[in-house]
Amino acid sequence: MRVAGQLVSLRTRPRALLVVTVLATTLAALGVLALSTGRYPIPVATLVEAVTGQAPRAIEFVVFGMRLPRMLAAILVGLALGISGALFQSLTRNPLGSPDLIGLNSGAATGAILALLVGGGALVTSTAAITGGLATAVVVYLLASIGGLHTPRIVLVGIGLSALLTAVNHYLLTRARLAEAQHAAAWLAGGLNGRGWGHVASVAVAIAVLAPVALLLAARLRIMALGDDLALALGVSLSRSRLMLLVLAVTLSAVATATAGPVPFVALAAPQLVARLVGGAGPHLVSAGLMGAVLLVAADIAAQQAVPGVQLPTGVLTGLLGGIYLAWLLTREWRTSAQ
Amino acid sequence: MCRAPRALGVAVAAVALLAALAASLAVGAKDVPLDTVVTALLHQATSTDHEIVRARIPRTLLGLAVGIALGLAGVLMHALTRNPLADPGILGVNAGAAAALVTAVGLLGLQHLLAYLWLSFLGAAAAAVTVYLLGTRGHGRASPARLALAGAAVTAALTAYTSGFSLLDTQAFDRYRFWTVGSLAGRDPSLLWQAAPFFALGVVAALGVARPLNAIALGDVTAQALGVRVGRTRAVAAVAITVLCGTATAVAGPIAFVGLAISHAVRALAGPDHRWSLPYALVLAPTLVLATDIVGRVMARPGEIEVGLTAAMVGAPLFIALVCRRRIPQL
Repeated sequence: MRVAGQLVSLRTRPRALLVVTVLATTLAALGVLALSTGRYPIPVATLVEAVTGQAPRAIEFVVFGMRLPRMLAAILVGLALGISGALFQSLTRNPLGSPDLIGLNSGAATGAILALLVGGGALVTSTAAITGGLATAVVVYLLASIGGLHTPRIVLVGIGLSALLTAVNHYLLTRARLAEAQHAAAWLAGGLNGRGWGHVASVAVAIAVLAPVALLLAARLRIMALGDDLALALGVSLSRSRLMLLVLAVTLSAVATATAGPVPFVALAAPQLVARLVGGAGPHLVSAGLMGAVLLVAADIAAQQAVPGVQLPTGVLTGLLGGIYLAWLLTREWRTSAQ
Repeated sequence: MCRAPRALGVAVAAVALLAALAASLAVGAKDVPLDTVVTALLHQATSTDHEIVRARIPRTLLGLAVGIALGLAGVLMHALTRNPLADPGILGVNAGAAAALVTAVGLLGLQHLLAYLWLSFLGAAAAAVTVYLLGTRGHGRASPARLALAGAAVTAALTAYTSGFSLLDTQAFDRYRFWTVGSLAGRDPSLLWQAAPFFALGVVAALGVARPLNAIALGDVTAQALGVRVGRTRAVAAVAITVLCGTATAVAGPIAFVGLAISHAVRALAGPDHRWSLPYALVLAPTLVLATDIVGRVMARPGEIEVGLTAAMVGAPLFIALVCRRRIPQL
């Protein structure tokens, strides 16, 4: 096995490293772009002045008080979504096995709407969203384990529960006053409008704890991708590993949703794009995370610029682009799998 | 099963439907005795109770039409995709109609119901074709799980679009949230009359393909050998699904799970013969929609819970039970 492992690593590692480097560079460039674009364009030279403390107070406020936290929140949420999506997809062995499609987002949304309707602040809303997402995941897991736990069953139970929760969410929206309902609907669309340092801090802490665990478990995930029999023979405890990885993926996705609302398709697209760039087996957690961050920051910049005078929710843009990408992915993937 | 019990079953179901119709007129924030319901229907309105009953007539007729449409569409989808998880809500057809309607109101500023209906058909058809292509591409046959996933993905994309669009305009959002919950109440009664020809067209088309669908269930080759035009039958069934779902969604909003629940109920009661299962659906589906609507009125007195939610509360557990009990093929 060791020989085979080295062979594989010799072939893929340079390319994986290259992809990570390119993604990190792109992310840095997008970060600068995010700081300099907006309603008041700030040239890069002025940005440098702001960093060194030579710019006017107003510009310093725009950069450090508004744009930097928003940009960092986008990066961190994107990281969480990318890693969560990569974990989900290799667990379900399906390109569509992503947290947005199997009910977690709907559950998180139910929690958040309830909190918003009783007038909770940002912290209460985030906590309620995390609770809702985790509770949904637990229910999906328990229901799916009734008939024997298969990953397709988890996905299908998730779809069913998601449809039910969507009906609940729509019902709750009709029971609120118009302003509250609109507030909740804006949250539901998913986006980063008005995210501040408080949001950044909470996601940063969560990722600092969860991402290392994910990287530690990645080796196990790579073995599990070889198939259940082989993984068992190699000494991986399947049910326990699956549960741990699921909990990890669900928590990451819940943290992301609590911060930015349910931003669709980033968790689905990021690991897919990375798999195409890197090639070879296994989840590429670091690249998937970086790709998620790149996608979300780019989508956030584009959403601010797309319609002049309107702050489009980022989730609307990722939803539309994700839908187009998905159509392409599925037609291509399923055509080649038939041959 | 021989013919007599099945005919008897339809008769029993028809009685249940009559009971549901009567209950829908009688039950609500203010209950009205049944004999008052009868006098209100037969004579001029002379009391408040009579007025209440008359006010409930459009909503009851709407439940009847929407139920028939969703039930028939569910059975047709089940037959056409050979997929036990087929439902207009799960496979993205309702979301397609919703996206088209929001575009019609928000972007094009259309006001006329006929324009709504046509756009709603267009959206429903586009979504259905997309999901079907995504789910079947590659292999000859779409696995239930893959179609459901394709439906979930298309729904997610369309929902992002719809919700984003509705947020741009406060007034449009206010109307949108009461429409998208899926309800029989508070709809304009004239909607029903304008939509009636489309409902009728869909029902006729659906019942017309019952016999050839039976042959197709044996496989395309056998059906051709039996003299059935497979392509044309599929096309007619697809048009029927689109018209039925599009019309129902345009007038009542997206209502999920009714098609799924009915399609399984009629298979259990009438067997796989579509000459029987479609008439069964014709009677049972409106009974289910009216019953869930009545439950919604009773549960939250003096307010009510919309049928979109109560139907999901009935249908989603069924969907999950199906998924848990059946052997699931790989995605």
